[in-house]
Amino acid sequence: MAQSRLIEISPVTRVEGHGKVTIHLNEKNEVDEARLHIVEFRGFERFIRGRLLWEVPVIVQRLCGICPVSHHIAAAKAMDMICGVDQLPPTAEKMRRLMHYGQVMQSHVLHFFHLAAPDLLFGFGAPAEKRNIFEVLKEQPELGRRAILMRKFGQEIIEATAGKKIHGTGAIPGGINRNLPIETRDRFLAQIDDMLEWSQEALALAKNYTVENAELVDAFASFPSNYMSIVREEDGALDLYHGAFRALKPNGEAIFDRLDYSKYYDVLIEDVRSWSYMKFPFIREMGPDTGWYRVGPLARMNTASFIDTPLANAARDELMAVTQGRPNNSILANHWARMIEVVHCVETIRDLLHDPDLQGTDLKATGERREEGIGVIEAPRGNLIHHYKVDENDQVTYCNLIVSTTHNNEGMNRAVKDVAVKHLSGHVDITEGMLNHIEVAVRAYDPCLSCATHALGQMPLQVELFDAENRLVASRSQSA
Amino acid sequence: MLLIGYGNQGRGDDGLGPAFAARIEARRLAGLSVDADYQLTVEHALAVAEADGVVFVDASLERSEPFFFAPVKPAETASIASHSLSPAAVLSLAGTLYGRAPEAFVLGISGSVFGDVREGLSEEARHNIDSAEAFFCQWYSEFCSEQDGGSGSG
Repeated sequence: MAQSRLIEISPVTRVEGHGKVTIHLNEKNEVDEARLHIVEFRGFERFIRGRLLWEVPVIVQRLCGICPVSHHIAAAKAMDMICGVDQLPPTAEKMRRLMHYGQVMQSHVLHFFHLAAPDLLFGFGAPAEKRNIFEVLKEQPELGRRAILMRKFGQEIIEATAGKKIHGTGAIPGGINRNLPIETRDRFLAQIDDMLEWSQEALALAKNYTVENAELVDAFASFPSNYMSIVREEDGALDLYHGAFRALKPNGEAIFDRLDYSKYYDVLIEDVRSWSYMKFPFIREMGPDTGWYRVGPLARMNTASFIDTPLANAARDELMAVTQGRPNNSILANHWARMIEVVHCVETIRDLLHDPDLQGTDLKATGERREEGIGVIEAPRGNLIHHYKVDENDQVTYCNLIVSTTHNNEGMNRAVKDVAVKHLSGHVDITEGMLNHIEVAVRAYDPCLSCATHALGQMPLQVELFDAENRLVASRSQSA
Repeated sequence: MLLIGYGNQGRGDDGLGPAFAARIEARRLAGLSVDADYQLTVEHALAVAEADGVVFVDASLERSEPFFFAPVKPAETASIASHSLSPAAVLSLAGTLYGRAPEAFVLGISGSVFGDVREGLSEEARHNIDSAEAFFCQWYSEFCSEQDGGSGSG
């Protein structure tokens, strides 16, 4: 008699934290169910309670070693609100923007060149020993060297604006604690032309991959969804640092638009499921079945009306033309979107470096104290919400974080299911290449499970097959 | 010589690497550059390739000794499966991209409290980092003497 089976990929490689994919096969080896599980939980929100509001922007960087700057800035924005500051001095806002765009740039570069490139260049089903960044670098070492210099550029911007490479202190409640010295500005400006040229080359690589593999891209884990991000309040432009909420239906129709993000809890609600520590947010008025949404680079391309830097805007126009201006649902197009954002970041950094406000000395504003603050940014992986309440002693009494990977939880689970059905169903022998298809789908979201679950670490890939009685019948593993 | 201490100081003893780097940096040892980070990533390959030698300092789950110190070679079959790299993978990347992977060592300092969101080192880790610091200072002094001697005889 045929047996139903359970396949586990535990944990997913080239993402952060502890994730596990389980795939349940029925007696005919068809996929019954596929889930991305989060297997650890650390309770950062509880840890932050009782801390003084002034130290929160520094402490939250310990959430995650991958995107500490995102948490630093989101927390600082929330504390601005608590300090009664609705408008930062220009120098403070522009220094924070410089920090943020520097970090988005370096994060996207790492993901594209070092984590995604092997899959894109050698194919998802290629042997694991070939599907490796070192094989990419053997063939294109200059590409690898440029990627590292782009990473370094972004990280040096972080260091110059945040003060330190780790546990930066730059963004403070109500402002920033430094400006950008002329000599530092000039050091960055001396590199900006190379950065712009290389970012455009990276964009061309991502675009060409998507266009040349259109059939694969269109079919791979593509499904309609709602999309959400912040956009610039006055004109709907892409804005990674500040804005108001816009959510679109799959057909591009607005669910809500230019919504004050401090009311996020009026429109978003987080669902809990027994099998995962990671919550499942959805748009309250639509319910969990149809109200789930996706965030991230592709979501931002979909939601933004335009991009306010010329090269990135032209590139976005090309991307949106593929779907005649409607939202693009191809998760692999995230790579293209990510590289458009790299170009946008470099253009923005260049413009900021030419702005004399960066050398200003008015660094901090004050206002009338409030008890609650909410900070929202577009982090590299998507929307990031920090929400705090403090008492009269400046101690945090409440903390709620919704990170990008949590926003994308439902989308990632559906992607896993979609790919599992298409690539595993009906097969008796499950190969490593087949399983990598599942990981490619998860990796396209560049999930940071470390943030989402507040755990840290990464482990090798393990795949386990279980029979109808949930007995382990096969196991695979891949070194990290 | 470059020393890189890495780990997350918000995760208990996982912060042993940066804590060790801070101690050594405060000593201002001649000829030693000190860096601290959350984890090893690809751009460390550039710094490693430019160094005469490297000491990677990380927390260790191995608790039979307070610390271990061992040479590390570039990985022959390294992969990058995460934003975070192993010392062997960083060395391999340095060799692949820049044609140079210097002599390198790993200093693993034993810890006992990992994972949970927690600041500060455990008592056991504090004891172990003291031992590791004393060892390293002695080792580095001898290493420099050997280098000077080697230069002199050459």
